[in-house]
Amino acid sequence: MTTRTVGEPIARREDPRLLTGQGRYLDDIGHDALAAAFVRSPHAHARIVDVDVTDALDVDGLVAIYTHEDLPGRVGEPLPVLIPHAALTEPRTPYALARDEVNHVGEAVVMVVATGRDVAEDVCERIRVEYDFLPPVVGIESSRDAAALVHDDVPGNVSAHLVQEVGDARAAVDAAPHVVELDLEIERSASTPLEGKGVHARWDADDRSLRVYTSTQASTSVRAAVAAKLELPPDRVEVIAPDVGGGFGVKIVHPWPEEVLVPWAAIRLGREVKWTEDRREHFVSAAHERGQLQHVRAGFDDDGRVLGLDVTFWHDNGAYTPYGIIVPIVTSTQLLGPYKPGAYRVEFSSLYTNTVTVTPYRGAGRPQGCFAMERTMDAIAAELGLDRTVVRERNFIQPDEMPYDHGLTFQDGRPLIYDSGDFPATLAKLRKLVGWDEFETYRDQARAQGRRVGIGIGCYVEGTGVGPYEGGFVKVETDGTVVVATGLTTQGQGHQTVFAQVVADELGVGVDRVAVTTGDTRRFGYAVGTFASRAAVMSGNAVALAARRVREKALRVAGEALEADPRDLEIVDGEVRVKGTPGATIPLTTVAVLSNPLRYAFDAETERATQFASPGDPDQPPVADDDEPGLQGTDYYSPPRSTFANGMHAAIVETDPETAEISILRYCVVHDCGTLLNPRLVEGQIHGGVAQGVGGALYERMVYDDAGQLVNASFMDFLMPYATEVPAIEIDHLQTPSPLNPLGVKGAGEAGVIPVSAVLAAAIEDAEGIRVTRMPMSPSELHHLRERSTNEEGPRR
Amino acid sequence: MKPSAFAYHRPGTVDEAVATLAGVGDDGKVLAGGQSLVPMLNMRLAAPAHLVDVNRVDGLDEVRVVDDGAGASVRVGAAARHTDVEHDAEVAAVLPLLRQALEHVAHPTIRNRGTTVGSLVHADPAAELNAVLALLGGSVTLRSTTGSRVVNASELVTGPMQTCLRPDELATEAAFPVPQGHTGTAWTEVSRRAGDYAVCGVGVLVTVDDELRVRSARAAYVSMGPVPEVLDLTEPVAGIAAGGARPDEWAAAGRLATARLEPDDDIHATAAYRGHLAGVLTARAARAAAERAVARAGDTTGAST
Repeated sequence: MTTRTVGEPIARREDPRLLTGQGRYLDDIGHDALAAAFVRSPHAHARIVDVDVTDALDVDGLVAIYTHEDLPGRVGEPLPVLIPHAALTEPRTPYALARDEVNHVGEAVVMVVATGRDVAEDVCERIRVEYDFLPPVVGIESSRDAAALVHDDVPGNVSAHLVQEVGDARAAVDAAPHVVELDLEIERSASTPLEGKGVHARWDADDRSLRVYTSTQASTSVRAAVAAKLELPPDRVEVIAPDVGGGFGVKIVHPWPEEVLVPWAAIRLGREVKWTEDRREHFVSAAHERGQLQHVRAGFDDDGRVLGLDVTFWHDNGAYTPYGIIVPIVTSTQLLGPYKPGAYRVEFSSLYTNTVTVTPYRGAGRPQGCFAMERTMDAIAAELGLDRTVVRERNFIQPDEMPYDHGLTFQDGRPLIYDSGDFPATLAKLRKLVGWDEFETYRDQARAQGRRVGIGIGCYVEGTGVGPYEGGFVKVETDGTVVVATGLTTQGQGHQTVFAQVVADELGVGVDRVAVTTGDTRRFGYAVGTFASRAAVMSGNAVALAARRVREKALRVAGEALEADPRDLEIVDGEVRVKGTPGATIPLTTVAVLSNPLRYAFDAETERATQFASPGDPDQPPVADDDEPGLQGTDYYSPPRSTFANGMHAAIVETDPETAEISILRYCVVHDCGTLLNPRLVEGQIHGGVAQGVGGALYERMVYDDAGQLVNASFMDFLMPYATEVPAIEIDHLQTPSPLNPLGVKGAGEAGVIPVSAVLAAAIEDAEGIRVTRMPMSPSELHHLRERSTNEEGPRR
Repeated sequence: MKPSAFAYHRPGTVDEAVATLAGVGDDGKVLAGGQSLVPMLNMRLAAPAHLVDVNRVDGLDEVRVVDDGAGASVRVGAAARHTDVEHDAEVAAVLPLLRQALEHVAHPTIRNRGTTVGSLVHADPAAELNAVLALLGGSVTLRSTTGSRVVNASELVTGPMQTCLRPDELATEAAFPVPQGHTGTAWTEVSRRAGDYAVCGVGVLVTVDDELRVRSARAAYVSMGPVPEVLDLTEPVAGIAAGGARPDEWAAAGRLATARLEPDDDIHATAAYRGHLAGVLTARAARAAAERAVARAGDTTGAST
């Protein structure tokens, strides 16, 4: 047998290239291109009165200045609402360049094209935009109060209102022996990829074709969007995602204003145009996430079983809703995690504010939902004086209840049905890994040294691999190279490794023979994109199915050459052979040649193949009606619904009794994403997710002042954690295969981030004996929380 | 985030450098390590028409310990990197406070480029080295075509990011005096992330007498006001046993700091928390400094304690 690599922690094949500076990111493309820069609104809410470019016109190197007035046809219309929803009754999207009104600091007002970015910025500085100020709406409470409106035709600032209910939750809460009630708050953060967005466009006037490079998570959809906006036939538009330096959700949104404007300007000017987003632009004009206020009422019995759960939350969607209401829908459905409350009601309002638009960021609403649910579990345990793991266990959906139908509608419009999972087993592994039962001994020892420590736990379920489909193309070249293409994009996940592993195993060749291309519409035209932890599930299965087609053909062609039944053949180390018959072999390279009846002898393989060539039936065409030349295949994977991964995290923290500094002493993860394709890559995803989770829990926030200015729009003041702030992460896996797909895999991309705020809130609460209801938590906030608790003689143990 | 165009000058000598500065008038800016200036250029917070790069000026990269009769001092040239000072064994032996503070200046990669003198004349209220210079009563030498002057730490910094330098002056050297007597120092700070500007930072210098009792204690603070704040902590701790004092004895010094300092709120911490931290960190640093003073007194007298 060829050594199977699926399941093995092989090293990432892309790393030597990326780590030695051989990557090709957006800004590495088009050195001679004209540069675009934008005049962006310095005000959160204002009417544009006048744009005066007089002072800018004599800048050397200026090529063009565009305002909304210059935008023709569909380019000048509002950008699309990508995902409409019946509950989204008041969707609003921006224009590519603001027309009359700006609704957040950073909204693009004027586009400048010049010979270089420095020159373009010089021009921007000389353009005067006159504004009439409107009252800014900043923060959920201010939006909810609706004393001022973001869009004057949207009453109450409410873009969407949605209620889902299973059973009569309010009655169940009212009738329950015990009730806890919590007001919770999660602040904003953002994807913050190290590479911002960027677009390069080149128009070939003779060919009437457009090539666009963009740092995106969805190149095929950008193609469709650009073609529609510019009114070009889609097949005259190529969109390529080059190496992408991180996405984490923000780059799934499309088209960004710049993705329309840069190609439009390239066509209009007949010149290559490039825009590379800078860090400050990214903070104020890309997207944020997370901000929610939540109110939870939970009724439970003496054992801690939740009889009724009634959740209301207010979601800050920023100035516009280009990505619909996916984030609050995910919060409202994934909040339940591994639990089965007797009845559940969830109601949310999605609210406009004069701040940067909110779209999915890794976790995509789940961290907020997990925070609500896990804070509730801890509150129930505290109320009853029960162990926090015991309360959770009593509320778990049991393995024999799978598949479990919650009776709700998930983000993909399909029923929320968990396909598999063993939550008690996951919890048992975590308790062992973190030493849950020994913790009180450790706490006593620490206390004797004057140290304050605490432990917290958090559980989550993550719907992954949403449809509708993804495709794969696999081809065996005559030199033995296996080329694989799938349309979804890569922004650092390791797809060149993991998809190669899948195909190599299916075809019986070495991983080093397999070359994978992603995110290039020239190579694969139909795709959805890389988000929702879907790449391994969707494209992993698609390339597996495509490889199986190729394998089937290889065995058929080899069977004819070897005069053997294909069912008696196997492929080992790149050779097709008759099982149990040494010597009866034919190289896959030769099979590739035989698969194409046109056989000019360009190389040794082609020459060698002719000896196997049977003359064939002179009355039949060389390529049969149901066949095609070449050893290649295309297939698609389309799941009935999402597959649900799960996991549980625990952390031990220490809080300094004097300075209120918070240190994470241990961080443990038990994770179940079904069959592991490559444990190293899965662990890498967990590490990255936990790191972002630690950022959201202890460091990162988007600090808007009352005027709607983002006052920490730089890496100096937006505190993304360094390696020094991220703890060593201890990981154990459970593998409960998904019954929904051939590989049995579930997504792993977002999992790491989901429970971190809940876990660290619980651990800090446990260390301090003070209830924690809002995250992130800084030392300054913990200090004041202590003071308030002391003053109020609050619930301190 | 691309700077607007500027003229670039690369003088080879101090004379050339100051002549260039004199020639460009108010429109010039000195480029040394560039760790603060280059981001400011990129963000267009500064847009000088001329940059005068002093990285290749002869003789500016030295770190020396000088004893000129008036007392020993560590002299740091304008092109010397933080890392050169931090890892100089002789400097660490005579003036450990420099290394103690430098370990908190950003990250090693930044210290490899950033210069000590550049940091001093940038005058960020969060800069450790300005506080160290103030605590030690150090000075900076300023050169121009018209001559040279030496300004002490309290004269140098006139406000946040503001100094007494004239546009035609180049800071060529900083002098950090080595304190007299049995002294110990400590630097401690709380920052949001490792290497960030401190939320509150404090350096303490404790002097003990031959009986190992505290003779004097002084502290300097960063991020606790617009300029480095120096406090004399001697009164509450004078005479206490430097090696064996109880934590509450040092806490008195902390209370003094909390009472005297007037920090501001910012997005990372409230003024009240900063004041609280100043008390905690002052006590911790004073105690550590005193213990080191006792150890050094033991070393210099040859007595074993």
